[in-house]
Amino acid sequence: MRVQIQDYFTVFYDRMPDLVNGLYEHVILTVLAITLGCLIAIPLGIVLTRISVGWVRSLTFNVTNVFQTIPSLALLAMLAPLLGFGMKAAIVALFLYSLMPILKNTYAGFDAIDPDIIQSAKGMGLHSFQRLIQIEFPLAIPYIMSGLRLTTVYIVSWAVLAGLIGGGGLGEIILAALSLNNKPLVIASSIMAMILALVADFCLGKVVELFSKRSQPKTQQI
Amino acid sequence: MIKLEGINKTFDDGYEALKDINLHCNSGEITVLIGPSGCGKTTTMKLINRLINQSEGKIYFDGEDISDINPVELRRSVGYVIQHVGLFPHMTIEKNIGVVPKLLKWEDDRIKTRVNELLNMVGLDPETYRQRYPSELSGGQQQRIGVIRALAAEPPIILMDEPFSALDPISREQLQDELVRLQKNIQKTIVFVTHDMDEALKIADQIVLMKDGVIVQQGTPEEILRYPANDFVEDFIGQKRLKQVQDIPTVGEVMNEKPVTISPTRGLAEAMKVMENKRVDTLIVVDNDNQLTGYITVYDVTQAFDNVDQHVKDIMHTFQHTINADMLLSNAIRMMNNLQTPYLPVVKDDGSLVGVLTRGSIVGYIGTAYPSVKEAVVN
Repeated sequence: MRVQIQDYFTVFYDRMPDLVNGLYEHVILTVLAITLGCLIAIPLGIVLTRISVGWVRSLTFNVTNVFQTIPSLALLAMLAPLLGFGMKAAIVALFLYSLMPILKNTYAGFDAIDPDIIQSAKGMGLHSFQRLIQIEFPLAIPYIMSGLRLTTVYIVSWAVLAGLIGGGGLGEIILAALSLNNKPLVIASSIMAMILALVADFCLGKVVELFSKRSQPKTQQI
Repeated sequence: MIKLEGINKTFDDGYEALKDINLHCNSGEITVLIGPSGCGKTTTMKLINRLINQSEGKIYFDGEDISDINPVELRRSVGYVIQHVGLFPHMTIEKNIGVVPKLLKWEDDRIKTRVNELLNMVGLDPETYRQRYPSELSGGQQQRIGVIRALAAEPPIILMDEPFSALDPISREQLQDELVRLQKNIQKTIVFVTHDMDEALKIADQIVLMKDGVIVQQGTPEEILRYPANDFVEDFIGQKRLKQVQDIPTVGEVMNEKPVTISPTRGLAEAMKVMENKRVDTLIVVDNDNQLTGYITVYDVTQAFDNVDQHVKDIMHTFQHTINADMLLSNAIRMMNNLQTPYLPVVKDDGSLVGVLTRGSIVGYIGTAYPSVKEAVVN
């Protein structure tokens, strides 16, 4: 099959429904994995800052680190027999990947709070839950958000691999196009994935800026 | 007001931070805890709002054992200012000041009024500063906010842990002055931790000197300077400051110990005779128990002289001001200048007369303290 240059442009129009559907699934995969990751990793990170036992902390970090080191393809391949092919296994794999960066940033965010601020909040009579909600969490938010931004960009690109185990998303289109040697479709769906990653990065970047601006205004006066 | 009784504190690692601390902080006074680092002054302070719990002993607020009060409730009724300000960077100045009132569920309007009032109190314009973030303020301004934040919910007790030590010398002095000025109006019971003796002498009503977890000496700045308990205290105060104070004589050393007095029941002719004999124009009136009752001048006597029925007590004036023999001469001279008075009666605490400080007695003292140049040359 001869590919003409205009095919690279018309493919977006011709395969629009497939691409939109792939994009939609891709977003779903990413959002679900990140949401699950946040639900687990943020509270876990907060708990870790409160635990004085050193080994619990290092164990948790090591375990989440191990997930990070497993090659993504291998992790997907391992999970497929356990959880079956399809979206479920893909989401679990992506969720495991998201844990470490979110956890690390949450921990760092809480760890970076000036102990004097905590001391002064305690001395003023805020009990531990009020301290967490009113003082510590708002101060850690910029860190948590930047961790979330990083993770989201990673997950968008890793989610492409979910296609290998039938997880749907743009990855599935790329794989199908690859096996049919349909170059324009490969390029088109890859571009869609890239744009998704860039848009997510840009939007979350704006959110991070908003939060950091609130806690550290630019204008400094001495 | 605040009473610490038999306090011992041993930390988990076995370090004995405080040993048998007994302390009384008077209502409406600034009690300064001072000592070298590691002396236990901050630990003592943190016992008061239960950031640390003592191993042994009791702490009372107005007779109430604070271990019976919920620590969170307790802390809301005790203002707290720390060294590195501890303002919340993500909250505006208004929100920062309003933290405790909000916890106490004050109405929004009431909080706003209070915030404006407090900002005005430290000379920061509410319109300009209310909506700013702490990082937009200078160090001195931030610490002013720290201080008024502690005052926000009108707690009777305020704890200040080296609040001014991180500031530059000029801001530090300003804030110390402001604290003294504020305290005149607010009359809170303040416990203030510092390692700076000048600061302590400037602001303290009571100074508590600590070392290695023990109270070495407790007293007014005057007492500490005048009667340092041991070498440690002397060293800590520093020879320069001691010399300054000890070189200045007290009123007791300078005053005329035998003022010309008269009893209130004497007649006017008698008073006139005494004045003539002693060559004075004023007589101090004391009763039979040597209690100071007033004074009469030669003008009073001449004016009322024709009235035979009148006695000294009928024409005498009472003194508006008296001084104590322990007072530093420098302070007494300042007082005489401010009052534009040629003399001040010196009394004991029970009101009995011990002498009189006159311009003459001051000149006489200076004469002996600084022999004239001519005399020195002749000798």
